[in-house]
Amino acid sequence: MTQRRATLTIQTPEGIAFPLVLADPVVRFLALAIDRGCIYIASIVLSSALNLLGVISPDLAGATIMLAIFVLSIGYPIFLEWTWQGQTLGKRIMRLRVIDEDGLRLHFDQIVIRNLLRFVDALPAFYLVGGIASIVNARGQRLGDLAANTIVIRHPRILSPDLEQIAPPAYNSLRDYPHLVARLRQQLPPEGAHLALQAVLRRERFDDSARVELFAEIRTYLAELTPFPAESTESMSDEQYVRNVVDVVFRTEPSPSVTPLDLSKR
Amino acid sequence: MIINIQRFTEQEKPHWDRLEALLQRRERDGLARMELPDIVEFHALYERAAADLARLSTYSGERDIRQYLEALVARAYGEVHETRRHAVRFRPLHWLTTVLPCTFRRHIRAFWLAVAVTLVGCVLGSFSIGLDATAKDILMPFPHLRQDPSQRVADEETESDNRMEGRKARGAAWYVTHNTKVAITTMALGVTWGVGTIVLLFTNGVMLGAVCADYAIAGETPFMVGWLLPHGSVEIPAIVLAGQAGLILALALIGWGDAVPLRQRLRRSTRDLMTIMGGVAILLAWAGFIESFLSQYHEPTIPYWVKIAFGSIQLLLLCAYLALAGRKHEKAEAE
Repeated sequence: MTQRRATLTIQTPEGIAFPLVLADPVVRFLALAIDRGCIYIASIVLSSALNLLGVISPDLAGATIMLAIFVLSIGYPIFLEWTWQGQTLGKRIMRLRVIDEDGLRLHFDQIVIRNLLRFVDALPAFYLVGGIASIVNARGQRLGDLAANTIVIRHPRILSPDLEQIAPPAYNSLRDYPHLVARLRQQLPPEGAHLALQAVLRRERFDDSARVELFAEIRTYLAELTPFPAESTESMSDEQYVRNVVDVVFRTEPSPSVTPLDLSKR
Repeated sequence: MIINIQRFTEQEKPHWDRLEALLQRRERDGLARMELPDIVEFHALYERAAADLARLSTYSGERDIRQYLEALVARAYGEVHETRRHAVRFRPLHWLTTVLPCTFRRHIRAFWLAVAVTLVGCVLGSFSIGLDATAKDILMPFPHLRQDPSQRVADEETESDNRMEGRKARGAAWYVTHNTKVAITTMALGVTWGVGTIVLLFTNGVMLGAVCADYAIAGETPFMVGWLLPHGSVEIPAIVLAGQAGLILALALIGWGDAVPLRQRLRRSTRDLMTIMGGVAILLAWAGFIESFLSQYHEPTIPYWVKIAFGSIQLLLLCAYLALAGRKHEKAEAE
């Protein structure tokens, strides 16, 4: 079995790489279930409306309903993926999108082929063939995706960190060194920044001894990345140091705190 | 490299907004041609956004801006690096008179293979019925086909003229939907390296051969030809065309003697598959209509020679269309 990957990184000729988060088969199945529900409801509404044709001819009404439901079941994903650039209602709710495997523009023929191949992916029941294929495939592709060179990606909801939970420090001595703050923001990798932020946000959940140990380790790591002058940090606890780093990294504007200059004015 | 993120964002944001606006316009009306100044501007903005992303990529605190830029660059990348033929506005007449027959002829070997598999099935089905008449219980899918041919002919020739009255349209709709499902499955099974497509074509051939042999042995050949030819002259080629599409997909997957990587082979074949399946859908819609409104009527309502002549002319026209239409365009492209 191929090792399944969570992300697909597209490397552009300009040397830029951007990651795409691949959709999980379970989430895809949920999106499919929503779409099937939509088709079912639309079929009932359509049948009721077309039944009115029975006044003219019951035979014509029956034929129109049969054809309309058939066109709806095949055309629904094709039409929506084309007009919503790779999304159906189910995919939109589950934050999924069909894109070209190489990150290129999705073509209409790709949409048609991936949807026509559902006839095989859905065999023998409940998308068993397609489900197995997407689990086995490294890019999570069902057979229709393989034939059409498409993948399904997930757009996770990106929430900005809730900095309101962290009381801004009354005075952040690190801000006295803007050039070092800028260097720290440049040198600190996103994972490191996220780690420091999470440590501050979850401080209450740690045992005292574990908390002391954790913040000491994070401080050592941060201090190695960008050392600040000793006079600005020597009297600072490890936790306060990490809090101050989070403050300068995540708050673009200085916290509305009392500065030494303000104090002197008073 | 140290950057002032606030100044950087203020300075670059108008360029990102402009790129986003151009992208939205492009995505909204993807078929519209971009003018040269727009293309130049679009490319410059894309490169600028890519460079901005590179500058921000290790800048820890600006996750939101980085993710926004990643999404923007990803969308623009798809437009800038797209090398496939640009999608032009769909012209139904050109598609029907040129694109479909040219695509069919470009993959003629797959078509002949599909024909051969169907014919082998037909021969086997005929032999099976010839050797053992009881085999039709296994070989024929629909109950009305299993009854004695002479009995059926006698029944249907003595029935009143309006035996299809009140269910012709529903019959046509059923034939269209059922046959289209069979055709799509035949094409889609090409993804099994063609095995599934060949099995379906062969099975169809066996059933067709068995039915033909059963009626021929019973001496009901005029009835059988008059019954099958009006719609079969379109329906059977449509299923074979779906088989051709399935085999094109299979050949792209297998890639015999083709040094092009798998993904490019598949990319090359998707448009042709869609074109052929479009043709199949049209043929099956027509066949369903004919099957319900003409094929089910027999002598004395409609003389067999009329139905046979209709089916034969239809088959000849279809062959001529597939063989000759769009030749001028092909020659012009070759030159």
